[in-house]
Amino acid sequence: MSIGMIALIVLLVIAAGLLLVILYVIGTYNVFVGLRNQVDNAWSQIDVQLKRRHDLIPNLVETAKGYMKHERGTFEAITNARAQAMGAKTVADAGKAEGALGDALSKFMLVVENYPDLKANQNFLAVQEELSSTENKIAFSRQAYNDQTMFFNNRIQMFPSNIVAGIFSFTKRDFFEVSAAAEREAPKVSF
Amino acid sequence: MWELIRINKRNSVLLLMLMAVCLLGLGAVIGMAISGPDGGMLGLMIATGIWVVLTLISFSSGDQILLAASNATAVTHDVHPQLFNVVEEMSIASGLPMPKVYIINDPAPNAFATGRNPKSASVAVTAGLLAKLNRDELQGVVGHEMSHILHRDILFVTLAGIMLGSVVLLSQVFLRGMMYGGGSRRRYSSGGGKGGGGAAILLIIAIVVAILAPIMTQLLYFALSRRREYLADAGSVRLTRYPEGLASALEKIANDRAPQLASANKVTAPMFIVNPFKKMGQWNLSDLTSTHPPISERIRILRNMSQGASLKDYSDAFVNVTKSRTVMPVSALTKEDIALRQASAEAKNEQKEKQLRQVGDIMRKVNGFIFLTCACGMTLKIPPNYSAATVECPRCHTVHNVNKT
Repeated sequence: MSIGMIALIVLLVIAAGLLLVILYVIGTYNVFVGLRNQVDNAWSQIDVQLKRRHDLIPNLVETAKGYMKHERGTFEAITNARAQAMGAKTVADAGKAEGALGDALSKFMLVVENYPDLKANQNFLAVQEELSSTENKIAFSRQAYNDQTMFFNNRIQMFPSNIVAGIFSFTKRDFFEVSAAAEREAPKVSF
Repeated sequence: MWELIRINKRNSVLLLMLMAVCLLGLGAVIGMAISGPDGGMLGLMIATGIWVVLTLISFSSGDQILLAASNATAVTHDVHPQLFNVVEEMSIASGLPMPKVYIINDPAPNAFATGRNPKSASVAVTAGLLAKLNRDELQGVVGHEMSHILHRDILFVTLAGIMLGSVVLLSQVFLRGMMYGGGSRRRYSSGGGKGGGGAAILLIIAIVVAILAPIMTQLLYFALSRRREYLADAGSVRLTRYPEGLASALEKIANDRAPQLASANKVTAPMFIVNPFKKMGQWNLSDLTSTHPPISERIRILRNMSQGASLKDYSDAFVNVTKSRTVMPVSALTKEDIALRQASAEAKNEQKEKQLRQVGDIMRKVNGFIFLTCACGMTLKIPPNYSAATVECPRCHTVHNVNKT
């Protein structure tokens, strides 16, 4: 076997190896993009539900106001928490503010227990169902977001896909943590 | 999760192929029995023809046929906000598109899911289920149905049901033909020019196959549909994080004394969350021909889950309760740390009359009745064919406008 032949074989092997590496990188990159989109999608789902919660609160306050004349403090707490939550910029901030808003809402619902007339009001019952479902949807979209994020984070940290993640700078995503201790104990607001 | 779906898909394909072998073999043997060895090809072709036609029908409109056969009506958010919201919650938790929501006009509590793929899926629940379960329990049941969609069970159940139907049909036609029309068979076989002995042996083989094939197909079908029920229970808990919801829903459904679901039949039975044909006191009977695992066992497994809500936790509870090997594919049991949550819903009013009235109200809403609440506390239920523009409250004589939109 001539040196030329050996050189050719070595070249071919290197070329094949390179091709495999390139295919792997392309494949992994595409998987990462898909996963990242899923995480973003799950995040926007949380946003949709949080926005819905913010939209429902004025409705709730309006329905309840007539019945609960002496509870100005409770209404103010909700309205303030809502304003804070709507102004939050980062994932961590939003988590904190939404936790506080959840607390304010569950306190409000405890107060409602003292007003049987309000609890029998059809409009209030309808808003209550929407609100409690929105609370659930927030919890479930957070659950779906965290599931997706864990999957994504695992993939970009594991060898050898972490090298590809490093080259194209895919970075770890934050989990959506609930900061309020009360809500962590009972993840869902019960009405 | 994805591993589980992949394995489930592979099993579905395998099972459908086995069932197809049963169907085609049956066709070939019947063909040979009727018109000699040359008839085998013809029988095979006819069986294939039946199968292809039925599969095409079930692909294009199987879910619509099943929903119509079950007496289900498509509903919007306004008809039953809670049901609609719960389905939406589960679709968010599973990351699937929102399925269409149907209510079945029946007081027996039950539910099923159908459709070709997650994009065209439908979830149907009975009016009785809505009246009897509280929010957490309803969520458990809807989570179970959503898991069937997530695991791609819905297409499998439809296709396998159709296949089972064709095998049963073919063997019934053949066996009945043998019983009542033996003469025509003899004419065919003598026309083939073969001796009587060979034809008689073929005939006996054909009869044996015609009796065994439906049983074989049914066993294949049932074995996998039972496993899928466990998997869907596990999936439901993973979505809701609250095993007690589904457990107490199953308990209520099992102890319900309403007459059995009127619109269910043998082919649609495996679709429902609980076998619609089970009579009281039969729960511990776990035989080969049962489409669903014993309900008491499903409840005990769910109540045994105390560590977490992942598939692995369900699998551990399953092993604990049944003392047998896990039903989960081992590779799907990755470690996940998923905490359980607390109960959220209020206790449901258990009064019988109130529940019956609710069943009626749900059905009226599904059928387009308009509900007006009068200031005196009276609720007026206006039928859709009411033609006047106003209605007077029978108690306090206030006149209400009827808004038809």
